[in-house]
Amino acid sequence: MTPAVEVRDLVKRYPKRDVNAVDGLSFSVQPGEIFGLLGPNGAGKSTTIGVLTTRVKATSGEASVAGVDVIRDSVAARKLFAVVPQQTNLDRSLTPRQNLAFHAAYHGLSRADRNAKAAALLDEFGLADQADVKVDWYSGGMAQRLMIARAMMHEPKVLFLDEPTTGLDPQSRLFMWERVRDLRSRGVTVVLTTHDMDEAAEMADRVGIVDHGKLLALDTPEGLTRGLAGHAVLEVSVTPGDGDDPDKLIAALTDVVGVERGEAVAGGPIRLYLTTDPATVLAPVIAVLSGRSAALTNVHMGAASLEDVFIELTGRGLR
Amino acid sequence: MTDLDVRLPVTDARPSAAKAFRAILWRDIFVTGKEFWVFLAQVALQPLFMLFVFAKVLNAGGYVSDDYAHLLLPGIVALTAFLTALQTVSFPLIMEFSFTREIEDRLLAPLPTYLVALEKLLLAVIRALASAVVMFPIGALVLGSAPWHADGVPLLIASLVLGSWVGAGIGLVLGTMVPPSKISVIFAVILTPLMFTGATQYPWQSLDSMRWFQVVTALNPLTYLSEAVRAAVVPEVPHIPAWVCLLVLVGSGVAFTGIGIKGFMRRAVS
Ligand SMILES: Nc1ncnc2c1ncn2[C@@H]1O[C@H](COP(=O)(O)OP(=O)(O)OP(=O)(O)O)[C@@H](O)[C@H]1O
Ligand SMILES: [Mg+2]
Repeated sequence: MTPAVEVRDLVKRYPKRDVNAVDGLSFSVQPGEIFGLLGPNGAGKSTTIGVLTTRVKATSGEASVAGVDVIRDSVAARKLFAVVPQQTNLDRSLTPRQNLAFHAAYHGLSRADRNAKAAALLDEFGLADQADVKVDWYSGGMAQRLMIARAMMHEPKVLFLDEPTTGLDPQSRLFMWERVRDLRSRGVTVVLTTHDMDEAAEMADRVGIVDHGKLLALDTPEGLTRGLAGHAVLEVSVTPGDGDDPDKLIAALTDVVGVERGEAVAGGPIRLYLTTDPATVLAPVIAVLSGRSAALTNVHMGAASLEDVFIELTGRGLR
Repeated sequence: MTDLDVRLPVTDARPSAAKAFRAILWRDIFVTGKEFWVFLAQVALQPLFMLFVFAKVLNAGGYVSDDYAHLLLPGIVALTAFLTALQTVSFPLIMEFSFTREIEDRLLAPLPTYLVALEKLLLAVIRALASAVVMFPIGALVLGSAPWHADGVPLLIASLVLGSWVGAGIGLVLGTMVPPSKISVIFAVILTPLMFTGATQYPWQSLDSMRWFQVVTALNPLTYLSEAVRAAVVPEVPHIPAWVCLLVLVGSGVAFTGIGIKGFMRRAVS
């Protein structure tokens, strides 16, 4: 099957810059997938999207969307994708409805088609009541929704969303996630960028972590958290039995199969870093605790979060 | 559903570039139409005042002769067309490429990027011709009469089309080169000299006694538009030969369009 998006050895250096904004990036996205590009500010996410959407000229490398080379055949490629950019670019001389209709006209839809479609999408995105006001009156969230509706007007195969939920309130964010999943169920491939870990974990089937224009890791969110931080985590709050002390308790717990390492945060719970699934370790851990007559007051199972992975890979430095 | 009810893919099998081009042009005409009166005020007010003061007020005071009005009107029409074309392209483009990013949706339409720039030029010529058509009768109304020369109509149309194209080309160059923070600088250091060295208020050959200024005006493409329009409307006034005017206009149109499209591509694709 032709990948929905394919990027190979992509390099972009902006004029008068001495580092590459994108530096040898390669990945591919399967049709129907939601793919997340996760990276800190300036990582090269928008630049990558820019190359894929024919707005940034690649310095070298290859990029294609739905089998069409975006570098050599940009006009044909533009029919196959749509993009919602990081900054609003709605046409302020037109009403929201006209924004949709004209976009469809640029893409060759007939008048009847574009009017019907615009009405349907305005409805779906909850904008039907405010379809004929000034675009300037729109809030950030509404503008974002309108841009996604506009993107869907010409039925793209691949939709690029550059930081779709940055600056949205929780309601709008949930709405956006719902709509994006909706799109996938209609067969649209979605590539989104974000620096929100929760969003990447929640939305994406696979996540590529980029920094300094390079791909640092690429896997499912679960795979990333399990593989890279290396550890699922089991947190147990206990009161040691009489005559027992926490250090000995931790030593005993570390002997349980699947527990790699344990530590007690001063006064807090014992954190056990696991090499397997927390659920399989829970029973033996409880057995050890009750064997030493320690009182268990609280258990928390968790994966090391994507944030741990992100920080581990990209460091703590600000850019 | 019958066998005949086959759904064709939406995009294939149609000349997408031509359709997209027409849609983009329609968008601009539609927006112009929505703000037609603003547009009219924008283009007509300044030349009208110029006409009124120079040809009417100064004439009433006895400072200029009656003939001057008939010499000034064609120049003012040329100026209006030229500036309308220039401003139609330059100011919106500066904004659309920076603050509003409005142009992005059109840059992502399925047509080669340079066609988006050519559409701007075409729109500018259309608007400039509309403003010239409006200026003649309004000017006549202000002056109480207007020069007319039926034989000159083909030359008049040809020179206005070419002249607007040159104005649009200059607008494209400015619109893609000037950052938004310098927008007022365009007015001061480019538009004003362009307006007053364009032989709009005086025939070029009347400058024989001011050689240096004659050379300066010869460098301004607007001079050739003004001269050509006067050649068409008031042929009895001495003027640069029409063929020279048209040739220079074509030449500078090609040059500015070339430079402008290059700048446009640089802004559209980083
Ligand atoms: N037009 C440009 N000219 C020069 N340098 C640029 C341009 N656009 C981006 N850059 C540089 O390229 C690098 C990557 O930028 P890019 O916008 O792709 O990052 P990003 O991952 O989208 O970041 P953010 O999360 O802040 O949006 C940055 O160092 C940036 O300064
Ligand atoms: Mg970005």
